[in-house]
Amino acid sequence: MRLEPIAAPGLARTLGFPALAILATFAVGAGLALAAGAEPFSVFGLILQGAAGSRFAILETLNRATPLIFTGLAVAVAFRARLWNIGAEAQLYAGATITVVLGTGLLLWPAAALLPVIAAAAALAGALVLLVPALLKTKLGVDEVVTTLLFNFVMLLFVSMLLEGPLKDPMGMGWPQSARLIPEARLPRIVEGLRLHWGFGLGLIAAAVVWVIQTRTTLGYAMRAVGENRQAAEFAGIPVTRVILITALISGGLAGLAGFSEVAGLRGNLTTTLSPGFGYTGIIVAMLALLHPFGVVAAAVFVAGIFVGADSMSRAAGVPTYIADMLVATALLAMVLAILLTRFRLRRS
Amino acid sequence: MTEVVDILVSASFWAAVIRIASPLLFATMGELICERAGVLNLGIEGIMVAGAFAGWMAVWSGAGLWTGVAIAFGAGALFGLLHATLTVPFGLSQHVVGLGVTLLATSASYYAYRLALPQVTTPPRIEAFQPLPIPGLADIPILGPALFAQTAMTYLAFATVAVVALVLWRTPLGLALRAAGENPAAVAAQGLSVTGIRMGAVMVGSGLMAVGGAFLTMSAFDSFFFEMVNGRGWVCIALVVFGAWRPGKAALGTLLFAFFDAFQIRLQQTALGADVPYQIFLMLPFLLSILALIVMSRRAEVPAALMVPWRKGER
Repeated sequence: MRLEPIAAPGLARTLGFPALAILATFAVGAGLALAAGAEPFSVFGLILQGAAGSRFAILETLNRATPLIFTGLAVAVAFRARLWNIGAEAQLYAGATITVVLGTGLLLWPAAALLPVIAAAAALAGALVLLVPALLKTKLGVDEVVTTLLFNFVMLLFVSMLLEGPLKDPMGMGWPQSARLIPEARLPRIVEGLRLHWGFGLGLIAAAVVWVIQTRTTLGYAMRAVGENRQAAEFAGIPVTRVILITALISGGLAGLAGFSEVAGLRGNLTTTLSPGFGYTGIIVAMLALLHPFGVVAAAVFVAGIFVGADSMSRAAGVPTYIADMLVATALLAMVLAILLTRFRLRRS
Repeated sequence: MTEVVDILVSASFWAAVIRIASPLLFATMGELICERAGVLNLGIEGIMVAGAFAGWMAVWSGAGLWTGVAIAFGAGALFGLLHATLTVPFGLSQHVVGLGVTLLATSASYYAYRLALPQVTTPPRIEAFQPLPIPGLADIPILGPALFAQTAMTYLAFATVAVVALVLWRTPLGLALRAAGENPAAVAAQGLSVTGIRMGAVMVGSGLMAVGGAFLTMSAFDSFFFEMVNGRGWVCIALVVFGAWRPGKAALGTLLFAFFDAFQIRLQQTALGADVPYQIFLMLPFLLSILALIVMSRRAEVPAALMVPWRKGER
């Protein structure tokens, strides 16, 4: 069997295969619902209702999408330059840790001064965490996939150590959690009385900035060139190592902001359960978005909707919440295959 | 210092080294086979979860222990088939597909677990593999209890290393498999199917990874817990690199890793462990893996066609 490129794919092919991928995801979901003894369409209905059925549900979905926008952007930026950052989880926790270090009373400034400083520090922390594997890759040729993955485990243990040591909340009744942020360090809500916080707004701004960098700057062009063909980029005089390191700083910084946004916008303190795998889910978000920054926003809302909807569906219909992870994984695999099939056809040789 | 000596001369310590190494040996050999054929399999973490669940679930539902191992292998091979189908004939990104397979296999196991045991907080236990002392050899001081009083699955793990090494370096099949990862065009010129060899390698390799997972629920412990694989799969990927894609070296690396892991567990129980946060000890295996990658980075002989999709007619 071999793949044969299609010179001018028709509209049916361009739209048909992605539609099939969505259909396949629904089919898997239906099978899973049936296996749990539930009626598929009522399960889908409950997921949709839980994700977007009320004002509360929509805001909950947008809240859940916020960290995914940041981690999704982090992955999209890195993957575009073929820097395989699988460590957004660690970078997120680095950003969250700096947020509670600075925001629990160390700096007693008004919010207008404090918030930008904490956000910048969180981004810097995330950037530095990815800079280490990026340097190992560029200087020593150590594969960053494995190092970034392994750093996730190291970082979570490090955070756990801090929460049982120097960062432990003295008022926390012995729980491994940090003290709460001072009010000046909290991200305000976008609309008073509703739970959605400015982290979401910051995410949208980040997406726009990434889009500008990627499409309107020389750096964006260089990042793309390095991703498409490293040798050719080198031959064309692009400083490949420097571009990879800058990409790492941007990517890690975005993931660090995810930690800042979660702590300062939503939780108010740090625990080891801050992220239920936002770093890993960011990879799926980025791939579903085809690495496009605005696509990341849409994909993050979509994936967040499935998770939020599945949570509420699970309470009502008794189908395990892990159906959400399975739907998202199926959607990812089906979609990457579908995108390929819009441009190639499989021929027997 | 005496504490360290005490640890090093205790037979139970060396038995723990072998026990910790066993699941990693299966999974490392599995990953090595995949990568030798030219396919990076990041599904390893999830496939180990699936194997741990499938083997344990089968035995809990009444199957025999060896049937459970076979079912775990089959479950792993099925996820391997999914991975191979997407990455070999379709040539999709091995990073993306691997991470997708890890997520799919992990969540499928958790979903099935929740369906089978909806409200359970402590998972049921099974009658796991028991130590099988080899008469005579098991009585040798220190070495005997460490090497020859393990479960049958541990013996199988070491046998697997030998078989993988033999097949890869002493048979035509092994030569074809390695060539598929080094120079697929040469394999195709011989009239062999690169696609077939790679897909077969990924399926067998994934089956071995799943057996490594099953070791956790059927030999090391007797129950299935969420998060029980806990990064072991990623460690195995590092061990393959550390072993320079050679079964013997990778097995030695695995034993070295297991030595440090067992040592940090013992060290936690000493006076030092009382002063140092336990998280430092738990970090050591991961930091060691990173260190191993750095040390080997200069000398590694990566299979030339690793992660390069094969398209017939292209050179």
